[in-house]
This record gives sequence, C-alpha cells and structure tokens, in this order.
Amino acid sequence: MSQETIVAPAAVIAEDERKAERTDRIVGLVQRQGALAVLIVVVIIAAAAFPNFRSFDNTATILVTAAPPALIALGMTFVIITGGIDLSVGSLYVLGGVVSAYASQWGLLPAFLAPLAVCGLIGVMNGLLIAYTRMAPFIVTLAALLGARGLMRALSSEGSKTYLVENDAFRSFGTGSFLGLGYPVWLVVIMFALGMVLLSRTRFGHSVYAVGGSEDAASLMGVAVRRTKVWVYVMSGLLAGLAGAINAAKLGSGVTVLGTGMELDAIAAVVIGGTLLTGGAGTIAGTIAGVLLLGVIQNMINQVGNVPSSYQQVISGAFLAVVVVAQTYLVKLRRQT
Amino acid sequence: MPLLEVADVSKTFPGVRALDGVSFTLEPGQVHALVGENGAGKSTLIKLLTGVYQPDGGELRYRDEAAKFATPMDAQNAGISTIYQEVNLVPLMSVAHNLFLGREPRNAFGLLDEKRMVREASEVLVRYGVTTDVRRPLGTLALGAQQMVALARAVMVDAKVVIMDEPTSSLEPREVETLFGVIHDLHSRGIGIVYVSHRMDELYRICDTVTILRDGKLVHTGKLADLERIKLVSMMLGRDMSAVRKEGFTGFGGGSTGAEDAAPILKVSGLTSRHKLHDIGFAVRPGEVVGLGGLLGAGRSETIKAIGGAYPIDEGTIEVDGQELKKPTTVRAMRAGIAVQPEDRKAEGIVPGLSIRENIALAVLPRNSTLGLVSDRKIDKIVEQYMTRLRIKASGPDQRVGDLSGGNQQKVLLARLLATQPKVLLLDEPTRGIDVGAKAEVQALIDELAADGLGVVLVSSDAEELVEGSDRVVVLRDGAVVGELVGGDVTTEALLETIAAAAVKEERNDNS
Repeated sequence: MSQETIVAPAAVIAEDERKAERTDRIVGLVQRQGALAVLIVVVIIAAAAFPNFRSFDNTATILVTAAPPALIALGMTFVIITGGIDLSVGSLYVLGGVVSAYASQWGLLPAFLAPLAVCGLIGVMNGLLIAYTRMAPFIVTLAALLGARGLMRALSSEGSKTYLVENDAFRSFGTGSFLGLGYPVWLVVIMFALGMVLLSRTRFGHSVYAVGGSEDAASLMGVAVRRTKVWVYVMSGLLAGLAGAINAAKLGSGVTVLGTGMELDAIAAVVIGGTLLTGGAGTIAGTIAGVLLLGVIQNMINQVGNVPSSYQQVISGAFLAVVVVAQTYLVKLRRQT
Repeated sequence: MPLLEVADVSKTFPGVRALDGVSFTLEPGQVHALVGENGAGKSTLIKLLTGVYQPDGGELRYRDEAAKFATPMDAQNAGISTIYQEVNLVPLMSVAHNLFLGREPRNAFGLLDEKRMVREASEVLVRYGVTTDVRRPLGTLALGAQQMVALARAVMVDAKVVIMDEPTSSLEPREVETLFGVIHDLHSRGIGIVYVSHRMDELYRICDTVTILRDGKLVHTGKLADLERIKLVSMMLGRDMSAVRKEGFTGFGGGSTGAEDAAPILKVSGLTSRHKLHDIGFAVRPGEVVGLGGLLGAGRSETIKAIGGAYPIDEGTIEVDGQELKKPTTVRAMRAGIAVQPEDRKAEGIVPGLSIRENIALAVLPRNSTLGLVSDRKIDKIVEQYMTRLRIKASGPDQRVGDLSGGNQQKVLLARLLATQPKVLLLDEPTRGIDVGAKAEVQALIDELAADGLGVVLVSSDAEELVEGSDRVVVLRDGAVVGELVGGDVTTEALLETIAAAAVKEERNDNS
C-alpha cells in the first residue's frame, strides 16, 4: 500500500495543532503575567481605598523599601530557574550590611566592594559544592546560611556592636534621590535591566533555562552545566551582598537583627512571579511583579494602620498558596492539551 | 582514511565489563549499523564516542588523530552529533531555543538574535516536516516531532559524524521517510553515520556496513548486504540459526484464545473524552489479548490511559469483571484490578533512581502493610518471586533500575504491575526501544500472562507485533473505532487496509 493513504489528512492535524497552540499561548501568558495582572488589580483597589496610597511619596517609599528584597529576588530567580534554591541570601544580606557599614570607614568604594567580595565568595563556595559534589542546594545553602550568620555575629560581637556608616558619600547614596526616586531604586532598575538581558538574550541565560529544564539533556547538548550552576549561586551571593550594602547606606548602620526570613520572602516573590520551583521556566518581569505585589500588600496593611503587622505575612502566605495552586493547575492543563 | 576509529577499547563499570576490546571503524559517507542486544555494549560504545564516558583502555582516533573527548561538548565541537533514543531536549524551552542551544546566533553586541533564531528554525524544520510555531515549548509537540527537532539539531551543526540511537522508535511512517531522506543526504555529503536500531527492515534499507556486539565483545563487522538477515539475528543473540528460524522473529506463540463465550473481564462502552475519544467500546475476555491498532494519534494511548483512570473522560462506562468503575481515578482503577503500563516508561513508569526491590515494592506497599507498617520479609519474597518468574537479569534486587538494560527495565515495570494482582493488563508499547532478544522474552511473557487468565490490551506501533500478539485487533482512527479484526483476519495486511480504508472514507467525506 502507498504511503499517502495512511497519513492523516493535513487539514485535520493543522486544525488540532492550531487549537492546541492557542490554549498553550493563553496558559503560558497567564502563567507568565498572572502576577502582573494581580498586581494591577491590587494597586487599583489600594488606590481607590487609601488616598495616601496614591501619593508619589508613598510610591517612592514602596519602591525604596522593595529595593533590597528585589535584588535578592533577582538572584533567586536565576537560582530557581536552574532548579536550585539559595537559602543563604537572608544571612548574606545581613552579613553584607554589617561588612559594608564596617568598610565604609575606608570610603565609598570599599563600602560596596567589601560586602560584594565576602558574599560573592560564599556564593562561589555554594556554587562549587552544589555543582561539583552534587550535594543538594537546600543543604549546601542552609549550611551557608548558618555559617554567614555566625560570621555576622562574630563581626558584631554577638550583635552588641553596631557599626555606624561614617562615610557621607555612602550615606547620601542611601538617602538621596534622583527625579524623586531614591538612588537604590535606580540601582535596582539597572540591575534588573541587566538581569533581563542576561537571562533572555545571552547564551548564559539559555543555559540557565536548559539546566533547570532537564539537566541530563542540557549536558548531552553540550551546555556547561556545572559552570552555569556555579555562576547562578555567585550572582545570588553578590546580589544579596549588594542588597545588604544598600540597606546599610539607607539605615546608616549595619543592622544585625533584620534579614531573618528574607530568603523565604525572595522565594515567595519569585514563585508568585510565575517561576517554577522545579526549574526550567520563569521570567525576571514576573519576579518584579512578585516583589512589588508583596511590597504593595505590606504598604496597604500599613495604610490600614490598625492591622497587626504579622497579618501581612498571613496575607502574603495566602497569596503564595493561591499562586502555587494555580500554577500547578496551569502546568497540568498545558500537559493535557 | 577512516573518519572515526576505535581500537581495542574497554570499559568497566562496577560489576560489569561493558566493553571488552572492541574495535570499530567509520568511513566517510558510511551508514554503519551498530547492532546487539541490550546490554551488548552499544550504548556504552556510543557514550565513549560522544565524550559521556572515557575508555579504560584502548584508543580513539578521529580524522586520523588521537582524540580524547572529556565532555559531550568536546565531541560536539569536534563535529560528532548524537540523537538519543529518548528525546534529549529541554521540554520547557521553545523549539527554536532547543534547536540553537549552545550555539545561538548573536548580534554585534554579543546578544542573542531572537528573530534570526525563530526565522532560521522555522526554515530548517519545514524540511523535516515540522510546521509548528517554533516559539512553542518543545514539550507540547508530539514525540515524533520532538525527535525530528533533535535530528535537525544534530545535523545543523557542521557534523562530520552523526550517531543515531534508535531514532525511529517514536516516529510515524511519514517521519521515518523524512529521516531516511536526511540520512541519504548526509551519506552523499560524506558524513559518517552510526545507526543503532532493532528494526531489521530499516537496517537493511539504509545501512551498508554492520558491526555486531554481544556481551561487550565484537562479534562481527562487515558489509551488511553480505549478511543474511537470519544470520545477523543469530549472531546477535548467540543462538543457533535453526532455532531462530523455528521460533520466528517475535516471541509470540500461536493464538491461544480464551474461552470464546466467557464473560468479559473488561468491558468498555461509549468512552468519550472531549476531542480525543469518541464512543469507544470493546470487551476483553479472560485469557484474551486484544490489540488496539491505528496510527500515532489515533487515540490508542488515550484509550488506555482513560481506562486506567489517568485521562479524563466525559462519558462512557468501564466495567471490570462485571463491576462498573465509577469516576475512574488511577487509584480506583488499580483497586478494581486494572494495571497500566504507560507508553513512556522513563517518564511515567519506573523510578530509575530506586532499586528493583523498591520499584516492585511501590505497587505492593498498600497491600502488604499492617497498620501502615511494611514487612520486609514479605516484600523480599514477592520481589524474588517476580524476578525469577519474569527472568529479570540483574546483579540482585538492590541494583538501581536506571542501570538495567531497557528490556530488564520493562520487566521490572511488568513485575510491578503484576504484583498488584490485576485482572486486566493494559500495555502501551511494551517492547519499544528494547532489543530483539528481550523483545521476544517480553512477548512470550505477555502470552504466558494471558494464558494465566488475565485480560490483556496491547498497543504497539509495530504492526507485526500487534498482529502476532493479539487474538483480536480493534482498529482506531481519530479517537473512534473504525473496525475490528477477528480470527483469520488478524493479519498485517488487513490491519493496514482497515486503517487505510477509514482514511480514504474520511477524505471522501471531507471532499463532499
């Protein structure tokens, strides 16, 4: 018998495929931009309900407050897309802040470079251990969390010693503003722009997706899996250190008590932004929406005033649960079509 | 001058000598068949050629120079491309990004040229019969189309050598023709091809040279045309030619139909699911093997999944042993006595990281626990029993399933299904990607199981296997039953005619 007779009519296949493609695009869009949609809705509600929310000052406050967590979430996005997790960033953030405040006595540049060096180094260690010994990222970065916290305690004599930022230039970086927005916000904008380009427009970015999507396939296709992994943890460490430095500049001192649980906030923001915890999919744009969403919710609760602040965590938690459930459902839907 | 030369290489894994002094030569333009049973050392040899493994002894020469590939990337950069049996691409990434991963075109700023990638990917893939939007995630494509993307990827690089490991196992006939066209083109461009397949027809159609491995040793190498088919099989299996002749190529015995008038053990009627299944109905009696025939996408796998509770249905009833299965879920189906062997054993069946014992135990745990506690001894007994009964070849029950050959993995999966003591066994491509010897064993096992009184539903893309293995064949097309072959009509010709007749009828309807 001839070949043609057993081939399905092309028209039927084409129609089926078109349908599948359409569903797929919608599902993909919601998965990627769901956080943005929710953010817009929440902002509209907040703007309607709280007159103060609408003010430019308040917006600037939200953005400045969100700056350090945003940087941590940026690094976390890369890590999670590779299928990993970085629990050390909260500790690194605090350590970075203390180191930065300490180093500010030598000038503006050391105030930035010292925390980057320290946190970057811990990131290198995380990355090397995860990539080359194949230990679970959870364990390795948990160890780094404890280690970095210990270092911070040692530096600050069990938290009893607070380093004040003496350098005026560094201090004004934290408090000054340009076009009404604090310098930290501009720095974050630049970092995110770089992050976006890096993730979506470079070979490294595609390696990140490939490693998270299927490590075996990536390695067989010639992707440098281990190098990619090392780099994402280095980036995560560096960004946590930078976030710490910003915070030190903002507050004028290396505060030792903040930062606990920052890593979980970052993970929450990334996941709300549509990045899959299993790796292989996610966007920086989603993470921005996730960070802002958490920031806006926090701000809203502050506006209400009489809500105990612990409730904002309840609400963030509820959001996270809803988002994760919705994502799971969407992925399932995508598989079936 | 040989393109790629392997001299006297050996490779040992803990407990196994996977390759033992094997030599292999690939000339430019040669289409070289590499055959052998699973566990013969083909995969190991391929992995040595592609830099996944390093040889323990022996020499690798590439384009007349001693070569050493430390990583797959080294081999790729040197011009050795590989298509693996199980599609090895990243499902969540887009088709275009998969195609270009690691060698994306860049613009003047060193940034990736997205537009060019999409354009070039579409252009390239059309030649491989893939016309979908290349921005779609790869995982949303059919398996065959994914394999074509993998093929395009392998050929796109400036490859001097293309290694294909069972490339046709998930392809439709039309796609196989495209593949052969590509191979012919590569051949005429002087590119060397190493072709691994268990399908004899394919080998004889496209390969000129053959190398046979058995138990890690070289058995024979030479012109394929000079080698009689039956001789090749007997060399692969290490069996007598007359024995092969007598037992046939497949391991299925004669039609051992169960009692014709016995009450059906599985009865499906009116099965309907959105666009995929329309009013599917058939019955299976104890001791009967019912084949589901049809092309890829005809709804065979969906039917099996639906019966097993893993695919949503809108309407229809499923009865097991006279009992209706209400609101089927996988758990309810299993409790009712339905065992499903999924099509993709790697993704949906076995747990490669766990041992044989643990894999089999997974299924029996709920049944063999008292107050939630599991008796080790009981499980040991069950595991041992099935390992013997299914002739699972392994160093012991504690060996990782991922380290077993494909055939033995399949047997572990079967063991797990049987350990649930099912009444009905649904098998989706039970012999895909496993070698001739193991295939025959699995086929013989299916026969045995049916003879023991199980009702078996068999799906296979291999028409010969389907016909020889089934007592009856229900033919599907576009999610509906279009015919049934019974008794003397269960032949390959009749099967293809039924599929074709339905296709022709449909086209007529379309035209009118």
